[in-house]
Amino acid sequence: MSAWLKLCPIDEIPVLGSRVMSRMNRPNIAIFRSSDNTVFAVEDVCPHKGGPLSQGIMHGNKVTCPLHGWNISLDTGTACSPDEGCARTFPTRLSDGVVWLQVSRD
Amino acid sequence: MDKPMRRPRLVVVGNGMAGIRAVEELLKLAPDLYDITVFGAEPHGNYNRILLSPVLAGEMTLADIVLNDANWYQQNRITLHAGKRVVKIDRVARQVIADDKTCVDYDRLLIATGSLPFMLPVPGKDLEGVIAYRDIADTEAMISAAANHKHAVVIGAGLLGLEAANGLRLRGMDVTVVHILDVIMERQLDRAGAEMLQASLESKGLKFLLGMQTESLIAAKSGRVGKVRFKDGSEIPADLVVMAAGIRPNTALAQAAGLHCDKGIVVSDTLQTFDPRIYAVGECATHRGTVYGLVAPLFEQAKVCANHLAEFGIGRYQGSVTSTKLKVTGVDVFSAGNFGSGDGLEDIVLHDKNGGVYKRLVIEKNKLIGAVLYGDTTDGSWYFQLLKEKTDVSAIRDSLMFGDAFTNNQIGDVGHAGISKAAAMADTAEVCGCNGVCKGTIVKAIREQGLFTLDEVKKHTKASSSCGSCTGLVEQLLANTLGGAFVPVNRNEKTVCACTEHTHGEVREAIRATKMLTTGAVMKALEWKTPNGCATCRPALNYYLISTWPHEAQDDPQSRYINERAHANIQKDGTYSVVPRMWGGLTTPDELRAIADVAEKFAIPTLKVTGGQRIDLLGARKVDLPAIWADLGAAGMVSGHAYGKSLRTVKTCVGSEHCRFGTQRSMDMGMKLEKMLFGMWSPHKVKLAVSGCPRNCAEAGIKDVGVIGVDSGYELYVAGNGGIKTEVAEFLSKVKDDNEVMEYSAAFLQLYREEGWYLERTVHFVQRVGLEYIKQRVVEDAQSRALLRERLLYAVQGAIDPWAERALTPTSSTETANLLREFTPLLAMENLKGGTNERMAEALPH
Ligand code: SRM
Ligand SMILES: Cc1cc2nc3c(=O)[nH]c(=O)nc-3n(C[C@H](O)[C@H](O)[C@H](O)COP(=O)(O)OP(=O)(O)OC[C@H]3O[C@@H](n4cnc5c(N)ncnc54)[C@H](O)[C@@H]3O)c2cc1C
Ligand code: SF4
Ligand code: FES
Repeated sequence: MSAWLKLCPIDEIPVLGSRVMSRMNRPNIAIFRSSDNTVFAVEDVCPHKGGPLSQGIMHGNKVTCPLHGWNISLDTGTACSPDEGCARTFPTRLSDGVVWLQVSRD
Repeated sequence: MDKPMRRPRLVVVGNGMAGIRAVEELLKLAPDLYDITVFGAEPHGNYNRILLSPVLAGEMTLADIVLNDANWYQQNRITLHAGKRVVKIDRVARQVIADDKTCVDYDRLLIATGSLPFMLPVPGKDLEGVIAYRDIADTEAMISAAANHKHAVVIGAGLLGLEAANGLRLRGMDVTVVHILDVIMERQLDRAGAEMLQASLESKGLKFLLGMQTESLIAAKSGRVGKVRFKDGSEIPADLVVMAAGIRPNTALAQAAGLHCDKGIVVSDTLQTFDPRIYAVGECATHRGTVYGLVAPLFEQAKVCANHLAEFGIGRYQGSVTSTKLKVTGVDVFSAGNFGSGDGLEDIVLHDKNGGVYKRLVIEKNKLIGAVLYGDTTDGSWYFQLLKEKTDVSAIRDSLMFGDAFTNNQIGDVGHAGISKAAAMADTAEVCGCNGVCKGTIVKAIREQGLFTLDEVKKHTKASSSCGSCTGLVEQLLANTLGGAFVPVNRNEKTVCACTEHTHGEVREAIRATKMLTTGAVMKALEWKTPNGCATCRPALNYYLISTWPHEAQDDPQSRYINERAHANIQKDGTYSVVPRMWGGLTTPDELRAIADVAEKFAIPTLKVTGGQRIDLLGARKVDLPAIWADLGAAGMVSGHAYGKSLRTVKTCVGSEHCRFGTQRSMDMGMKLEKMLFGMWSPHKVKLAVSGCPRNCAEAGIKDVGVIGVDSGYELYVAGNGGIKTEVAEFLSKVKDDNEVMEYSAAFLQLYREEGWYLERTVHFVQRVGLEYIKQRVVEDAQSRALLRERLLYAVQGAIDPWAERALTPTSSTETANLLREFTPLLAMENLKGGTNERMAEALPH
């Protein structure tokens, strides 16, 4: 089971920046906005040592983790070579300037 | 028929190290510009020719040395004609024709045909068993000869000949090296070094016949070569003869096409031949009269050539200084530059015959111009760097011979300055302490993944990619593994990052010259290769903008590292630490009370006194930061910028206010300096200290600016560093009073702010530009000093406390609300069915 959540107007997310959606008892979700207004959502947990990806510098479709500099592709969640690992991603949608996020309920 | 809009065609003749490197560099810059076709006479993909020696020696296999396999050509949509030799270039029809009649049109042609080994023109040179040492086929022939025959003769005692002889010996042959001169490796070594090398190779079982001229090669009954005969009539048995007597640029094809050649194909600084459609790189080319026979310069050529093929037109190739290293395991020989003797040349020599160490440094006009090292080559890459960068060595001349470690670490080194001898380290020894990478992993990556530069090692192994203190060690590993193929980066020419071809200096200059005010504008004007740069270049650009055009350039929060965006230090668990400023290390009961209250109210788990004389509140939640700052602000405290590339602390001792030895009021001086510099952004962090007397309890000797009170005023020191590698500050000037301390310090720091490169601490800045230059701008020239100070004061004028700006108070304005978004988590507005539910996200079942 999954549900679409209406998050916020896209303007509340800075270009090449992120906002964090906090969840209870589950990892937070980081919502990123690229320079061409694509919105990505990944679990806010770096596959390396759990760093908060939301706090990294975003460039292209990637973010550089603030703790040790791994680069994570936001579309797939995978770490760029030479690092290996994967962060969980979530589908997003943009309609009428509003960001929607799909999360699973199970 | 041509399709409309077809891509231009690039044809490469020569599938070797230089040609394919140029293609790789081109693909990085302009992956889709050309349809690329490559012809290679050898039936393989491109491989690492220099590693044929370890293959011959049995240390590696052929599979290990492949640089580009079939897949690579396919993935990059390159048509490879392997095993086809180009026999004709038709410049009028713009076609190349191969030996099997394959014919391909070109718009641009790159010739990279390498060299041909020189075969002595003696009778018998065409007998079976007489070969050169150039490619995989030769190496295979040598390996099979070693399995079936006993006597090998190598003609030529240069690098190649000795590596061949060593490999054949390791494969069990009885090897004699024949050389026409009476000294080996005369092009790379001087006599003393050569004699030590020869003795060491003899002790490993090689035989040498020096001063001997080969007259003919005589066949055995089988028809295979059987003997070598010399001019003096003597003969030695030989079932295998390897000619390693030199190489000649392979120019026949170009010459037949009417291209201008002398020794090699003549090229310009853009690697263009006399036909502007045709480029040449590698051992087949002559540049400014020089033909290079080592890969490092060829790679530099490839890079510039690619830049022009990609139509960027930026680079110029200006020639290279080369270094060489013999790749014989257990024998260490390194040489670089010029080591003849003559007028104006000075020698520094260390010769320990029994200890097996010989070192010779040649100096001309205070610059190192040549180095020969035998037995201990640890410092080879350091000397090579000094040589390439033309560093003035007069200040370190006394200790130059004792190496990098000794010269640059004379005091209290913490022990990881990269000095333990790379070669002597065990494979399991850790090289990079930050990322836990050991020697074996790095060496394996260099060999198997074909890495040549520090950057490549960083990228593939992570070694040296964090604090950088192991950089020297990694460079040694590169040098040991690659021999002369290793190019230490010239720090002055280093590009900002892989997103651009421009150096820090060029970027700074462009921002100044054309008054650019946003990161976007810089990336556009300087043709950045990536849409938004990366985590390395964006912070650098942002700093260059705001330091060059203060109050005008647009500060971009998304180009700042999180600490500078959140105005606190991120911790390993994602919480933050908060360090309020304590001017000059002083505090009050009120401030301490406020800190205690905040710690209790926000359940701060750890309070710690830092090494910078103030208190750190560690483990704060990000959402709480604005409220914490509001409380600290109410007690009069402001941000300590413990997170910024900015002013950190001004440490002080108690000074003449209390101390029986104090000569100056150091606490007061420290506070005044800290207040003057509040709000200053800089290339890297900046730390100061003021001590009241030469006992120096504030440790001013290891600060970016250190101030020491003396009876008649103050002594000023600059460019100290207490971090990764301890560096003692250098004496700048004696000044008479507090005002002068402020003026000189401000001027020095402004010079650093204007001319330092991002992430370059003052110590490295001063090493780069030279203390003389600093003195001239800050001490000798009063007007320059006044202007620098004025520009600093202008830049920090009206600096607002970033915490006050973001403090969460009941009356926070909408502007503050915008700044606070950074700290506020998102909540879902509603779910799909339209039911508003503010706590939706939290309410989701789990
Ligand atoms: C808090 C403190 C340690 C302490 O508990 O005492 C500290 C903590 C950190 N230091 Fe430091 N340094 C602290 C004093 C020092 C000192 C001593 C001093 O300032 O007198 C030094 C040596 C002096 C110097 O800088 O030359 C020092 C040399 C470093 C270095 C090496 C810098 C270098 O150029 O060699 C780094 C790495 C860097 O900046 O790139 C570093 C980096 C760090 C970072 C920021 C690492 C990071 O990026 O996260 C640490 C942040 C920890 C945190 O939890 O926020 N820290 N660090 C000290 C804060 C002082 C302050 O009040 O602002
Ligand atoms: C055993 C050995 C050890 C070495 N060790 C070192 C070392 O430690 N450090 C160092 O810096 N350098 C070393 N070198 C030198 C280094 O390998 C060369 O400088 C480098 O390979 C030259 O590159 P290149 O592209 O110019 O030529 P090559 O790599 O030789 O490539 C030229 C290619 O072009 C092909 N070709 C030629 N003519 C035609 C044609 N008409 N049509 C199609 N294809 C053609 C050739 O078959 C060849 O494959 C060593 C060389 C050897 C042989
Ligand atoms: S505080 Fe400094 S020395 Fe201590 S672990 Fe962190 S960076 Fe290393
Ligand atoms: S936790 Fe992300 S790089 Fe280490």
